[in-house]
Amino acid sequence: MSSRDSILAALRRNAPATSPLPEPPAGIVYPDPAKQFAEAFTSVGGKFVRLARREDIDPELEKIEAYAHARKIASLVAGIGRSNVDLNGLKDPHELEGLDVAIIAGEFGVAENGAVWVPGSALGPQRAIFVVTQHLVLVVPASELVHTMHQAYERIRFQGLGFGVFISGPSKTADIEQALVIGAHGARSCTLFLVG
Amino acid sequence: MIGHAEKAAPFAANEKRAHWHDQALWFVRLKRDRQAESIPEWEELRQTASAIKAHTLSRIADYLEEFERNATNNRIQVHWACDAAEHNAIVHKILADRGITRLVKSKSMLTEECHLNPYLEARGIEVTDTDLGERIVQLRHEPPSHIVLPAIHLKKEDIGELFHKELGTQAGASDPKYLTEAARGHLRQKFMAAQAGLTGVNFAVAETGGFVVCTNEGNADMGTSLPRVHIACMGFEKLVPRSKDLAVFLRLLARSATGQPVTSYTTHFHGPVRGGELHIVIVDNGRSTILGQETFRRSLSCIRCGACMNTCPVFRRSGGYSYGYTIPGPIGSLLAPLRDPKNFASLPFASSLCGSCSDVCPVKIDLHHELYAFRQDMVRGKRVPLAKRLAMAGMSYVLAQTWAYRLAGGLMRGIVPRMPRALVYGPWNPWGRQRELPPMPRHSARGLIQRDLTQKGAK
Repeated sequence: MSSRDSILAALRRNAPATSPLPEPPAGIVYPDPAKQFAEAFTSVGGKFVRLARREDIDPELEKIEAYAHARKIASLVAGIGRSNVDLNGLKDPHELEGLDVAIIAGEFGVAENGAVWVPGSALGPQRAIFVVTQHLVLVVPASELVHTMHQAYERIRFQGLGFGVFISGPSKTADIEQALVIGAHGARSCTLFLVG
Repeated sequence: MIGHAEKAAPFAANEKRAHWHDQALWFVRLKRDRQAESIPEWEELRQTASAIKAHTLSRIADYLEEFERNATNNRIQVHWACDAAEHNAIVHKILADRGITRLVKSKSMLTEECHLNPYLEARGIEVTDTDLGERIVQLRHEPPSHIVLPAIHLKKEDIGELFHKELGTQAGASDPKYLTEAARGHLRQKFMAAQAGLTGVNFAVAETGGFVVCTNEGNADMGTSLPRVHIACMGFEKLVPRSKDLAVFLRLLARSATGQPVTSYTTHFHGPVRGGELHIVIVDNGRSTILGQETFRRSLSCIRCGACMNTCPVFRRSGGYSYGYTIPGPIGSLLAPLRDPKNFASLPFASSLCGSCSDVCPVKIDLHHELYAFRQDMVRGKRVPLAKRLAMAGMSYVLAQTWAYRLAGGLMRGIVPRMPRALVYGPWNPWGRQRELPPMPRHSARGLIQRDLTQKGAK
């Protein structure tokens, strides 16, 4: 018998009587999801910026020190940012090393925890971009906020998705004496523009 | 076999450090409390998570087949391993067949359990643990001392010294920011040079044929989006039926683990990286046997958040190494003896049975009840030292006989206060080694009540 079959046989032999599969509970509903989202995103070390219009993004980007001094910028949001890296020209994700700023569109944000859903399709030809870049900028429409992860998973379709990630703030670690340090392996900063 | 208490002795001997460890973990527990209190439906979430796990385990074979079908459709190659040896051989074969000699790993307790690193290293593969805490303990040739906080037993000065030796940081430097920056540079090189990345699995979803990996550092993302080959290793119990179940568990996991609302990166893999390949190894390694044990099968619901360790008064004061097993703390005190009752007989006793672990467990494993049941098994199976068995038999007798109880109480109250200290705190009193006995009361409770009743009657 193959390992697969012997494992499955053992599991069938040893499994208890079937118990029911419950539905997830209804989640908390926030009176002001944008406010809650901003608090959560800030609490995880992210920088939250609320903007009324898309046109406000570029001037606001210049206020980010890392962006103002950046040599290599890649924007995956049409019409936003001084993009000077041709992502389609990269043969290999390793060529992303040295990228200073990446600007990426988030599909929606989750108020309860400040997470932003980024599907693989928003990451361009090399999905490594969101974690290899030194600094990350996320752009999320203010209309696209959900209260909790329950609503988040109602929205996500995994069929044909391949890859997707919730990003909540910059990369961080507290592995040395529980001291929080921002910028472990991935982005050293994560700025979020909530637009509209 | 050396018991938990003996192994904890060197840790407890450094009082200052043990106190720091205790406080650091308690601080994490308090952060967890704040997060739990921010969610009004927290208890309902725990109940749901517990029921989802129980249901999944009751139909686990069907769900695994469903997962395999859907994962295969997602171009994920599914492998099955009965035990640690088979798991290690599968991983090695995937690497060897492709001529891969440089592997980066993110955190996986399963591969610790299987001792994958030494297996691969003996076969000429360079294995780099990339979680900062895991890299620290790897450079020290130590296992992690906690499943979420692998280097919690170390002080920044220890790490400064280690990095000075291994990574060439300045002598005497111990600033966490500086040390983390040094590790970032060192590990970037490893990521860039790696030919394959290995991760654990936090949750796999039968319905979608994909899986989720959670990190704060982004190391799993670096390690799986730069190299072409990604291998993910999971115990079969990581499976959940539906994608909406992820919401329940992700709301609980980071809040319970470190008191964060969610991890920085919650990555969903439903296919290989562009031009690459994705393998998943499903491992049994004794888990199916635990599934067959009614009293203990709920331990398979564990999502490895570490909350039971952070809250445990014994873990906090004895350190992860005192357990001698990959998974320490209350949950490890079940999993280890379930695997090897002879060598881990002392672990179910490494608990005060205060129940704090059960109170914080996000999937409501009845940890302290199971530990209590295990103690009874251990005593019945004579896996407990003779002195302890005799003492327990003696106590059972005294506590069951009114006359013996009264006599013993009277003797204690009468004699102990008159005894010289050296006699009370001799080697026969292990309880008193770090503790003071309470002052002996002059009267027994029974005597006080009787006196009270007599006085009331007189009025």
